[in-house]
Amino acid sequence: MTSLSLRDVSKSYGAVNVLRDINLEIDEGELIVFVGPSGCGKSTLLRMIAGLETITGGTLEIAGERMNEVPPAQRGIAMVFQTYALYPHMTVRDNMAFGMKIAKKPQAEIDAAIANAARILQLEPYLDRLPKALSGGQRQRVAIGRSIVRDPKVFLFDEPLSNLDAALRVATRIEIAQLKESMPQSTMIYVTHDQVEAMTLASRIVVLHGGDIEQVGAPLELYERPANTFVAQFIGSPAMNLLAAEVLQGGEQTEVRTATGGHAIVPIASQVSDQGSSVQLGVRPEDLVLTESDEYLLSADVEIVEALGETTVLYFKPKDGEAPLIAKLPGIHSIKKGTTIRLTAVPEKLHLFTDKGISFLYR
Amino acid sequence: MNPALQGLITIILGVGGCIGYFYLSNQFLDKVLFPARGKDAGRNINRANMIRPWLFLFPAVFALGLYLGYPVIETLRLSLTDRSADGAFVGLANYSQMASEPKFWEAMRNNMLWLIVVPAVSTAFGLLTAQLTDRIAWGNVAKSFIFMPMAISFVGASVIFKLIYDTRAADLEQIGVLNAVWLSFDGGLGSFLFLRLTPALILLAFAGFMVYGIYISVKPYIWSGNERRGDAWWTFPLRAVVALGSAWLLWLSVWSIVSVMTGTLPYGEPQTWLTVPFWNNFFLMAVLIWIQTGFAMVILSAALRGIPEETIEAAILDGANAFQIFFKIKVPQIMGTIVVVWTTITLVVLKVFDIVFAMTNGQWETQVLANYMYDKLFRANDWGVGSASAIVIMLLVMPILVWNVYNARKEMR
Ligand SMILES: Nc1ncnc2c1ncn2[C@@H]1O[C@H](COP(=O)(O)OP(=O)(O)OP(=O)(O)O)[C@@H](O)[C@H]1O
Ligand SMILES: [Mg+2]
Repeated sequence: MTSLSLRDVSKSYGAVNVLRDINLEIDEGELIVFVGPSGCGKSTLLRMIAGLETITGGTLEIAGERMNEVPPAQRGIAMVFQTYALYPHMTVRDNMAFGMKIAKKPQAEIDAAIANAARILQLEPYLDRLPKALSGGQRQRVAIGRSIVRDPKVFLFDEPLSNLDAALRVATRIEIAQLKESMPQSTMIYVTHDQVEAMTLASRIVVLHGGDIEQVGAPLELYERPANTFVAQFIGSPAMNLLAAEVLQGGEQTEVRTATGGHAIVPIASQVSDQGSSVQLGVRPEDLVLTESDEYLLSADVEIVEALGETTVLYFKPKDGEAPLIAKLPGIHSIKKGTTIRLTAVPEKLHLFTDKGISFLYR
Repeated sequence: MNPALQGLITIILGVGGCIGYFYLSNQFLDKVLFPARGKDAGRNINRANMIRPWLFLFPAVFALGLYLGYPVIETLRLSLTDRSADGAFVGLANYSQMASEPKFWEAMRNNMLWLIVVPAVSTAFGLLTAQLTDRIAWGNVAKSFIFMPMAISFVGASVIFKLIYDTRAADLEQIGVLNAVWLSFDGGLGSFLFLRLTPALILLAFAGFMVYGIYISVKPYIWSGNERRGDAWWTFPLRAVVALGSAWLLWLSVWSIVSVMTGTLPYGEPQTWLTVPFWNNFFLMAVLIWIQTGFAMVILSAALRGIPEETIEAAILDGANAFQIFFKIKVPQIMGTIVVVWTTITLVVLKVFDIVFAMTNGQWETQVLANYMYDKLFRANDWGVGSASAIVIMLLVMPILVWNVYNARKEMR
């Protein structure tokens, strides 16, 4: 069942268009993650769903009802802010109870809701403390508790973990995953910069870029079948290598030659790749393997070697005008800086994009 | 010599003297007293650093001692002596004489009225204007106008308000705004609405507020639930004082409602506002409120801006309306600042002198303590009673001062 839908939603501040024609259907029980570079409009979109920003164009529906003009409190949403946004003068209990008190719910109902949220989030020992007497992780749990108490149809999280330190971030991320599991019916929308959060939490990821949706899909789908070079380079770390190439032989098994003399055969779903047209060949650093043969994909001078034990990361001297290339080899290798090495990859791991950056898989 | 030149020379001498003092005294400490060389160099540096703060503190401590500490002690001594008996020690005779004077108690009562009304009204107006001017385009212009009275001296403001309260004979044109407005009332419906109903309703709201205050302060002792656990020893006296104070104000406001509704109003006759007993106090207070509202507004609007925007957005999501956001989210978060503003204005009020001196000089039952002291010291030349009243003012100011400093420090942390 569709829990939330955005139809041609746009946002502009005066002449500045921040979001353009966003279309998205979210099913009940999904955990959708918005990712994208800073300033791409993730928070703005979330705040429009929450009702904290007006919607300039298009329709927002929650549970089948148009919500564009409905005040925030009646949209059936709850939001967790990056800075927690706890009321500093109220105890944990009162923080969680505030919304229900405003709605004049009976005291027994309020108490039950708080007891339930406190049990789920293990906040019982802290109920009578003020927020300033809590650690960052505990504060974030209270903020989450405050949203659970509201019993919303849709939970909204705006970078909830980015104010926590690394260890706590992992722990709280796992807690959020467990929370989602304990409430399978609830829909969640989660904004983050962090790829690991996106990949581990999401049922589907929405990649935003400059006010447009670039691709929507399950985490591994985005990793394995990126729709364009932006998604290809945004998902995965280090980013995917892109090589300028020329089509030698089109067809389902397209044969390409890279500008630096490499050679590869890429299986693609469509027939469109014309002979002689220039394309971009993508290969992930972790998919590259060393080779001795003449059928190599890439031959380059090693500039920096980072030996991490489990992996060895090689940075190659960029050819003029091209982005630096990276390879990530498993295990320990005794490769010296300055040597020239050859690398290749299995055809199934290669990605082919038009010179405009659109994947041939989706054409 | 030209006074401007004199001023310039004073400034140069003063600043130069300060710099010279700090420079030379530090030189003396480092080069002569504990020189940082020889076999004791390390120990000498430590010693010099222990003494250095005192070098810097000395001028301030000396000046404060001379101009603040000494006068307090001298005033205390004078308050225990009698001038007519050549300065003989008379114990507390001055105090008991003062306590037997009705004018002193009138001053005490008026000071208490000022103490309650002026800080409360100034802070409330300041908060209101700070909130209202926060988000509008011309808010800063409005703020500048409201702040402007802060730049006017109390005496200047008194002169302005004397013009507002000015009275002319009935057949002349009134130049006082208040009388001009007053004469436009004729006892009809408009007069009833504005002069009886509106003030009565305001007083009724105030009375209701006082009832609430009493209720809040006695609640835990009537329904002794578990709320009282962990109370500090001073909660009972504090609650008792608040309850009694509220009860007194409740009685005053109920009495005022009755008099406002039933009293006969002299329509058509110009009033000499400053001679109307009891109410003239409020006409004087208006001057100080006019001045202090700007101060309260500036501090409170800075505090309002300091409230994290997310807490307000969270409250919007929680369904709070504008009033609930203001009273339940914003005001509690700036409570510390409100208290500091309140107590700061209270300190100004306790020392109020210029306004009363310039407008009524304490006649028609408007006496206040500071003016009473001035009367005794410089008009009656009775230094004993004058000093005694000065000591009373100091004792009243002291606890509020301590509290103010305590709160201001807490705010800074
Ligand atoms: N009031 C405003 N007027 C004009 N432009 C605005 C306004 N508020 C936001 N923007 C613009 O909208 C764009 C999207 O902002 P938004 O806060 O949604 O980014 P974001 O994706 O959440 O970034 P981050 O990851 O840094 O939080 C930004 O380019 C920002 O400059
Ligand atoms: Mg953001």
